[in-house]
Formats: sequence, structure tokens, C-alpha cells
Amino acid sequence: MDFLRPASWEEALAAKAAHPTAVPIAGGTDVMVEINFDHRRPDHLLDLNRIGELTEWEVGRENVRLGACVPYSRIMEHLRAELPGLALASHTVASPQIRNRGSVGGNLGTASPAGDAHPALLAAGAEVEAESVRGTRMIPIDAFYTGVKRNALEPDELIRAVHIKKADGPQQFSKVGTRNAMVIAVCAFGLALHPGTRTVRTGIGSAAPTPVRAKEAEEFLNAALEEGGFWDSRAIITPSVAKQFAALAAGACNPIDDVRGTASYRRHAVGIMARRTLGWTWESYRGNGRSTEGAA
Amino acid sequence: MRVNFTVNGRRYEADDVWEGESLLYVLRERMGLPGSKNACEQGECGSCTVRLDGVPVCSCLVAAGQVEGREVVTVEGLADFAAHRAEQHPGSGCAPGACGTALDQARRWQADPAGEEARETGELSPIQQAFIDAGAVQCGFCTPGLLVAADELLERNPEPSDADIREALSGNLCRCTGYEKILDAVRLAAARAEETV
Repeated sequence: MDFLRPASWEEALAAKAAHPTAVPIAGGTDVMVEINFDHRRPDHLLDLNRIGELTEWEVGRENVRLGACVPYSRIMEHLRAELPGLALASHTVASPQIRNRGSVGGNLGTASPAGDAHPALLAAGAEVEAESVRGTRMIPIDAFYTGVKRNALEPDELIRAVHIKKADGPQQFSKVGTRNAMVIAVCAFGLALHPGTRTVRTGIGSAAPTPVRAKEAEEFLNAALEEGGFWDSRAIITPSVAKQFAALAAGACNPIDDVRGTASYRRHAVGIMARRTLGWTWESYRGNGRSTEGAA
Repeated sequence: MRVNFTVNGRRYEADDVWEGESLLYVLRERMGLPGSKNACEQGECGSCTVRLDGVPVCSCLVAAGQVEGREVVTVEGLADFAAHRAEQHPGSGCAPGACGTALDQARRWQADPAGEEARETGELSPIQQAFIDAGAVQCGFCTPGLLVAADELLERNPEPSDADIREALSGNLCRCTGYEKILDAVRLAAARAEETV
């Protein structure tokens, strides 16, 4: 095994081009587990810790450009207002020690269906900035997850940053597990209201081979909210609408039975979380209840 | 692979380090610092918690090569680290590389083998003393990680609420399930620090 220690982003891209099978390591919270347990013996480890710009972020007019290695603890601390859904999701990641090291770039690189950041990214709307010596491309988050622990990156590409839409309305994140800390999601749900475009976006975690949006549920809800004039009246959403939204969200799942839970439990729980997160966000949109900054 | 880094204020050079090796392994097996415990090797238990450039991390998940040129504090150095913090920068940790010897301290320095190194062996940091006094140590396996995590909490937040303590220690498992005494110990250390201010 070789340990590559690029001192700059350009060096990292060159190293990845020279060794396309090199495994990037940032916080190590996924990669080191696999190495410690002898599940993986890559020829090369590509350390990203020395590249300072990966731990920086820029808040633009519409997006936050979040460096791939910004640890979850920084997101919780500094980006609550801009990225409330992701900040809430970050808060549910493992423990303080892990949140000090783990990052959204790592979550995307691993592309586990149970990664906590994914539902929040799907709900907010995001693009992954992938770069190689050949150039940069933006991958829409919907097209990024291609299978269980598979993503759309080419072998010579590295994740430079994630461009996430700044919240234009309330966002929520909900996760089922046996305790608050140190839990791999049994299933998770993210929801974002986008009053600017009068749309609702969702993200489901750990209940399908990849993180997915509940698109049918979104379309149904968007139509129902529009038709009922809810965005203007800010009236309480009719229970039958919320119920149908929840049923469609549960239907978007394609879960498995495993040690953490059964498929039917996951489907049921996703429906419940869909209804609850809709209720919470809508209450803040109406001007009462939780703020957009949430409280995990 | 060779790795150079600072552990508890001392420069170390580790040779023949395997590229996939963890910081925890280097500390325990190469440097003779077995205080950080090896239990789960997957970041679940927190018993290997150390400070990396001041930040609490699971040393089992840090690749040895990633600590090149960086500063690590383990439970073995916690008493010195806490004493230095109390003397030099109360209320905050020691920024890596930013801390030299204070002027008055340098003036007082004497060529005496019992200089700064001579902190009496067995002298403890406030959080370690609080753990003993509160009976927060049972089998002791989780203790080093808890001490490092709790010490960092009190550095950041001298008057933590119970929720703050639970949150800060949520990544440290105690399988004797002595959590109540552990919470007592952190409250005790916080209360004692407040008294001395």
C-alpha cells in the first residue's frame, strides 16, 4: 500500500489521474473502518487532509459551495441558517468525535443509502462539483447515486465541493434509530419547502438501494397545495392531503429486511416521518412553531 | 513510511509505519502509550479518543500518515495539557504551534533536571481527580476516552448543562453502564473550576 499526501488540490487531481484506484481518505470514518477490519486493501490511499481549501465554504447568493471535507461539526455551527436541513442531519451523525472528522464529501464518496447527509441534499437541491485533470463537471444530486455504495464519479475524479441551494423556506430532517447518538439510520427523511418556486422536495434515506426522492409524493403535494391556494392562505394542510402525501412517500421506498429493521417497518416509518416533517415545516411556514433553524 | 508528529508536547518519529495503520496503533504499539484504548476499531465506542490539533477524534479512524506534522494529546498528557492550559491560557486550549514559553516563565527557567518536566508523577488533571472522587471509574476501559472528551467539553463550556454533558459524551460507551457517576464527575469538575475562579 502507498500513502499519497498531496499538498495541493492540483497535486491530488494528478495523483488520482495517475492512480485511478487510489481511495481518497479525508475524515477516515468510513475508509479506516474498512481497513481496520481487513475489508479493503487499496493499493493507494490518497490523503486529502492537507488541502486546506477543501475545508472551506462560500455562501453565495443562491448556493452554498461547501468544500468536500468541511466536517459536520462546522456545518452545525456555521451553516444553520443557510442549510437548516443539512445542519439538522449533521447533528444526527454518530458522535462529536465523528462529526469532527466526517464530511459531506465523504458521505457522497461512500454513497451508502444510509448516509445521513443524502436526504437533506436531495430535499434542498444540490449539485456535486466533481473534478479531474480533464476538467470540472457538475453532477445533479438526483443523478449522483447510481447503486448501493456506487456513485456517478469517474475513476479519475475527486469531489471538490457540493453546491447546495440556500434555504428559501423551512426544512426538516427526521431519522429513526435506537438512540440519538451513534446510530446508522434505520430510515431517514428530509423535507424542504421552497416557497419561491412553490414546491416541496423530499429525500429518503436507508429505505431503497440508493437515497431517493419521493417524486410522486412531491408532485401530488405540489398540485394539492397549488389547487387549494395553501401557499397564499397559509392554512393548515388538510389531513387527507397529508395522509396521501405520507402514503405516496412510503410507496417511494424499496427497502430490505436487515438487522436494523424490516422492510415493512421502514416503509411505515417513512410515511410517518413524511407526515411529521411536512407538519413541522408547514407550521413554521405559517409563522408559528419551529424556526427554520430547527432543533435536532 | 516514516511519520513525524508531536505527542503530548514531544516530537516523535515513527519508522516503518504501515500505510494503512491507524494513529491508535502507532500510539499504543510503537510509542508505548497504551492509555488510549483499542476496543471497536470503528469509531463506535470512543475509548480511543485523543485531541488532534485540539479537536477530539477517534484515533482508530485517523490514518497514521494523516498526523504528519500535527499535534496529538492523549490521556497520558492530559494532566500536563490541563496544567499548561490553566497557567498559560485559561478558558481556552492551546492553539497548535502558537504556544511558546511565556516570557516570565522563560526568565524563571533554570538548568535543573527538575524543571518543567518535574510535574510530580501521579499529579492529575481536575477532570481525572473528579472521576476518582465521584467514583466514575469501574473497569476503567472507557475512562481515558471519557476523560479526553470531558476535558474538552469543560474547556469549551465551563458550565455545561446536563444535556450538554450527555451530548459531548454521547460517543463514549461505558459497558459497566456507570453513566450516572460519570455525569456526576463532569458536574463536579465544572463546579470545582467555578469555585476556584
